[in-house]
Amino acid sequence: MSKTTSKPRTKETVRPQLPKTPTGIRGFDEITGGGLPTGQSTLVCGGPGCGKTVFGIEFLVNGATQYDEPGVLISCQENTEELISNVASFGYDLADLIRRKKLLIDCVRVERSEIEEGGKYDLEGLFIRMGHAIDSIGAKRVVLDTIETLFSTLPNPPILRAELGRLFRWLKEKGVTAIITGERGETSVGSVGRLTRQGLEEYISDCVVHLDHRVTDQIASRRLRIVKYRGSEHGTNEYPFLIDEGGLIVLPITTPYLKDLVITNQCVSSGVPRLDALLGGKGYYKGSSVLVSGTAGTGKSSVAAHFVDATCRRGERAIYFTFEEPEAQIERDMRSIGIDLAQWVRKGLLQFQSTRPTTYGLEKHLLLMERAIEAFKPEVVTIDPLNSFLIGGNQIEVKGMLLRLVNFMKLKGITCLFTSLTSGGAPIERTDIAISSLIDTWALLRDTDYGGERNRTLYVLKSRGMPHSNQIREFLLTDKGIELRDVYVGAGGVLTGTARMNQEAIDQASQLLREQEMKRGLDELEGKRKILEAQIATMRGEFAVHELANKKVTDVQQAIELMAAEQRKKMAHARHADISSKPVSRRANPREST
Amino acid sequence: MSEKPAVTKGAPHTVIMEANQSDAEVFLLRLYVAGQTPKSLAAIANLKKICDQHLPGRSRTEVIDLLENPQRAREDQIVAIPTLIRVRPLPAHKIIGDLSNTERVLIALDLLARS
Repeated sequence: MSKTTSKPRTKETVRPQLPKTPTGIRGFDEITGGGLPTGQSTLVCGGPGCGKTVFGIEFLVNGATQYDEPGVLISCQENTEELISNVASFGYDLADLIRRKKLLIDCVRVERSEIEEGGKYDLEGLFIRMGHAIDSIGAKRVVLDTIETLFSTLPNPPILRAELGRLFRWLKEKGVTAIITGERGETSVGSVGRLTRQGLEEYISDCVVHLDHRVTDQIASRRLRIVKYRGSEHGTNEYPFLIDEGGLIVLPITTPYLKDLVITNQCVSSGVPRLDALLGGKGYYKGSSVLVSGTAGTGKSSVAAHFVDATCRRGERAIYFTFEEPEAQIERDMRSIGIDLAQWVRKGLLQFQSTRPTTYGLEKHLLLMERAIEAFKPEVVTIDPLNSFLIGGNQIEVKGMLLRLVNFMKLKGITCLFTSLTSGGAPIERTDIAISSLIDTWALLRDTDYGGERNRTLYVLKSRGMPHSNQIREFLLTDKGIELRDVYVGAGGVLTGTARMNQEAIDQASQLLREQEMKRGLDELEGKRKILEAQIATMRGEFAVHELANKKVTDVQQAIELMAAEQRKKMAHARHADISSKPVSRRANPREST
Repeated sequence: MSEKPAVTKGAPHTVIMEANQSDAEVFLLRLYVAGQTPKSLAAIANLKKICDQHLPGRSRTEVIDLLENPQRAREDQIVAIPTLIRVRPLPAHKIIGDLSNTERVLIALDLLARS
């Protein structure tokens, strides 16, 4: 990563900053911390067709148009007319720059067949040409493309070597910032480790840039590397770059500084209320990256469509990048779950971008995506599916590309949702390991195979900075969209689908049974109570009868005793007994008085 | 040849020798130098010697000092110094160097058969 503009270390504060001349080439100035060394020569080398000439011309054109630094191009390969028409496709109007004296092109044509050597010579003619060209427009930038052709046309290489050495010193004295291009040497015998055929790197030691155009798995990609940059820190990686209608672009074109990222607490709804609930209530963080992964047919695109739908419903814009299905197919499929995406397209809130993954290399895809994003300015971006890129590159490249893309979108505060297909049989989190560190929220969709049917489940594997649920939910695709249901968690494990329904029915039946049993028990008790009450009533009746009988006996007894007393009295009277003699009865019955 | 229009445009500078024979037989030679450097001076001297010996009265030579006429380097596609161009007779030939290798100069001027 480029560090020259970041905070200097203690040692560097003493050292004056190396002055740099911006190339205006997008991305290049970032990785070099400002451009090429001012007043020095830079060697730009690589194989045929690697983009050396374009690099040089862009340096000059940008200098002339953006930095008010006129430039001179000394071309040993093409003539002026060819050059002008070749770069017109990049939108450069060289003829206009030449008219305005912002650019001077001098084509050096040396035909081998015309030249004879008649003694010692030097390259003073070239020096004079260049000097004259530089002075006539006040050039600050010079490009020599490709000086090495002189070796194939002029005799006596030792003289040429000495003269080239002198040329580079002379350029330095002139104070111009120069680019010297050099063709990569043959990789066979003798030139191993050489960057250029003639070993130009021996003369130019300030800054060396290597360009490469390689083909991997039938997909061509361009790479740029700063081989050395004396006195300056620089990115040492190979950076992908592109040459297209916009000229040359080195990726990353976004700043790699993490501190510039905007972090908010704002949330955006996923479009599925219960998914929002799983994530802590409000959905995804705005500007975060979301991954929805799962095996085939688990409903990844549906989650994406919900999110897009919810975004457009709020009146915000979204771009849906698709790499496998055409727009019409996605619209049709989503209609089947009750999501009408076509209406948002008509309202200009949704844009579909469908390309075949193999159409371009990774960096071209990235660039096209960034262009689309810059043009449409969406709040939400969906890439469905991410895996398609794996066709076009290895995991490191894909990761690098995604890192840049995620970075780019985070800088713009765009929430991005990627879907990723986990291939069947592979560990469910395996394919995504390479990118998992870039992802803030990761929802995993899974098939469960139980009881002769497949059912979908969803859970949130991670969600940075959110109190997300650790529960698995059953994921249903209905004609009204995604529904999340609680799964059955019980003695039989986690059950979904009809197994869940079955289990729920069983649970219900046993509940009913229990309720009935309880009712029966209550009834029984009530019966018993009633019987007891009846028994109590009967006994009370018996008791009353007994009482009555008892009273009868007592009354009779009393009557008898009374009669006996009367009898005794009568007898005493008859016998003239004392009046004081007591009656015989022991009981003084109170009833006697009544 | 690309140099042809430049011939008519460019004014003669230093004329060393004047031809006094018919134009068809005249060698039109143009020598590009850069100031009074040893190589330039050697080239001028060597050329004079060759013309005297092999082209007596049949050559016309211009010497162009690029320090004075720097635009001519671009116009006439000069890279190496000194450069001698045989403008006529056609086809044009370019000979670079201080012309010290007389044999090679003569061959290049078609004044000596290649062996």
